[in-house]
Amino acid sequence: MPPRLDATLVPTRGLPTRGLSAHGLPTRRGALKLAGLAAFAAVLAPRMALATEAQVADEMKKLFAGKTMGAGKIKLDMPEIAENGLVVPINIDVDSPMTEADFVKSVHVFADGNPLPQVVTYHFTPESGKASASTRMRLAQTQNVIAVAEMSSGQLYSAKVQVKVTIGGCGG
Amino acid sequence: MISRRDFLSAGTALAGLLAASGTGLAQAVGAQALSQADLLKFGNAGTFTILHITDIHAQLVPLYFREPSTNLGVGDARGVPPHLTDAAFLKYFGLKAGTRDAYSLTSEDFTQLARTYGRMGGVDRIATLVKAIRAERGADKVLLLDGGDGLQGSWSSLKTQGEDMVKVFSALGTDAMVGHWEFTYGADRVTEIKEKAPFAFLAQNVRSAEWQEPVFEAAKTFEKGGAKVAVIGQAFPRTPISNPRWMIPDWEFGIREEDMQKQVDAARAGGADAVVVLSHNGFDVDRKMASRVNGIDVILTAHTHDAMPRVVEVGKTLLVATGSHGKFVSRLDLDVKDRKVTGYRFQLIPVFSDVIAPDPEMTKLVTDIRAPYAKDLSRELGRADSLLYRRGNFNGTFDDMICDAIMKERDAEIALSPGFRWGGTLLPGDPITFDAVANATAITYPACYRNTMTGRQLKEVLEDVADNIFNPDPYFQGGGDMVRVGGVGYAIDVSKGPGQRISDLTFLKTGKPLEADKAYTVAGWASVAQNVEGPPVWELVERYVTDTKSVKIAPNASVKVTGA
Repeated sequence: MPPRLDATLVPTRGLPTRGLSAHGLPTRRGALKLAGLAAFAAVLAPRMALATEAQVADEMKKLFAGKTMGAGKIKLDMPEIAENGLVVPINIDVDSPMTEADFVKSVHVFADGNPLPQVVTYHFTPESGKASASTRMRLAQTQNVIAVAEMSSGQLYSAKVQVKVTIGGCGG
Repeated sequence: MISRRDFLSAGTALAGLLAASGTGLAQAVGAQALSQADLLKFGNAGTFTILHITDIHAQLVPLYFREPSTNLGVGDARGVPPHLTDAAFLKYFGLKAGTRDAYSLTSEDFTQLARTYGRMGGVDRIATLVKAIRAERGADKVLLLDGGDGLQGSWSSLKTQGEDMVKVFSALGTDAMVGHWEFTYGADRVTEIKEKAPFAFLAQNVRSAEWQEPVFEAAKTFEKGGAKVAVIGQAFPRTPISNPRWMIPDWEFGIREEDMQKQVDAARAGGADAVVVLSHNGFDVDRKMASRVNGIDVILTAHTHDAMPRVVEVGKTLLVATGSHGKFVSRLDLDVKDRKVTGYRFQLIPVFSDVIAPDPEMTKLVTDIRAPYAKDLSRELGRADSLLYRRGNFNGTFDDMICDAIMKERDAEIALSPGFRWGGTLLPGDPITFDAVANATAITYPACYRNTMTGRQLKEVLEDVADNIFNPDPYFQGGGDMVRVGGVGYAIDVSKGPGQRISDLTFLKTGKPLEADKAYTVAGWASVAQNVEGPPVWELVERYVTDTKSVKIAPNASVKVTGA
């Protein structure tokens, strides 16, 4: 098992970090090669056990102990349809003055099609200047991605998007 | 003025047709003796004129193109234009069966009406219309915009990597274009076109993968009739999914709605009196975008090949749908007062090739372009013994022919053929030339692979493609029509969700259900993967038609559709 990403990642600002992949999924490349021969073949590789929506909910309950989630403040920007499931761009922006009195402590990202429900956690301080992060993540199939911002006040805000992963290929 | 004899005899032919359907004769008679001047008639001219051409698919000469008889909308698009066909379409727009409008816009009685009204399109006819309108209005009041998929779709375009159509668009005096199939010539070629062509290649929604920098100019401002007109380009957002991503590995697309809003705001801030989006989103995506992005006056739609005789208004935004294959030129005149659009007039001009005098200069250019390939293009392989067409959500007889050819020539149990919307129509008795085959197959990734797939895998493929067409949210749709399947029948409920639409897969050879775990030999073409091995599909079709001589395809009854 590769190291947990939240242990190794530092916040990035605006610039994409290439090559980040979430928890060691079986390589999609093999599947895509086969798909190449079969033109329209979907993900043909055997699927390993993936997290479910319920597991994501459980994990969030564990972390946030039933605190209520506000809407707004956090913006989670991902494409509706992944162009390359191996490196799907994810951009997170949290609206905060980032002062000692009021700043974003952390942003947690969850994906219900990932082998483990939690994908990454970004930690911020007032010195971060702004609470934004951009990176790329691997999505093996269509799934929901959820980002939760934890403010210095303890207040939580969340945003959720569905990203579709398709083999497409029917031109038009 | 050229007046086709058939137009004059149309009254008689149609009298019988209309008597049978009980409709009045007046309009059919009125359709007689149509002239070029009639086609150019227009109400009051506006401050400036937009001419829109789109999805010509490199069709240089007139052709037949049958509109779809099945074009289902889902979600908010269910049962509304452009998702109406035949009688429903005619009723909605107040048109009558058997008329030239019915011929150009629907599929009913296609063969009979095609023999009456003749072929449509041809870039020399389009040139005549454009020149006439520029002469009438003054070139300083006319903007000519191409909505993409112009540089691909014929043998000469494939052989010249789109240079044939670059020449045509240059000669037409095109002001700007956007792209989709253009990208299948690869990033280097598209960059070359962008840098060398005398018109702008616009796309606000393409970024370099590494740094997210714009690859193309997003917008260009034109002064027309004293008004400042900002034209924002939108490339087909799903190009790297629907077509080979490896050909454009460093470019990312997407709808990028927020960036579109920023472009519109920047255009307004820069003093634009009118904001026009030259889009290749497809109609349903444009309709949604119009409801969410503020300040767009006009969206010139493309990609889904819809042709509509009226604009669709979404709030204050006008949506224009110009059809495909050069069958139509849209004319939209906008009134601008106090730096705002205050009114419009619209005309979808049908390009009846027998009514419009070809422009001699453009005719010469077309002849020169086609000359090096004349021997190939005119080679007759066989004859159509029934109507051969492609367009429709699930089946087309031309595609059935391609599937039959693939199964026979690759000795496969199942054939898969992509749901492209382009490719001409052949009438019963027409020769099947290599030109006609290329018009339906000329792509840069034509290899016909042969492989095995289980029944389960085939179902997954069909479900995946179905969700790209029938997802109720247009932003989650992509690509073309449903993949054509040879050798297998299935049922589809278009109202269901992902993974739930396809059932009753039947192996047609035995009539038995397709087995989930059994491996079948499958052959197909247009794979988006790299290094696919196999002969180009047009070679297989050529061999098949040459052997078959007379191709008769019965209407396909192996796809059962519900939930529409």
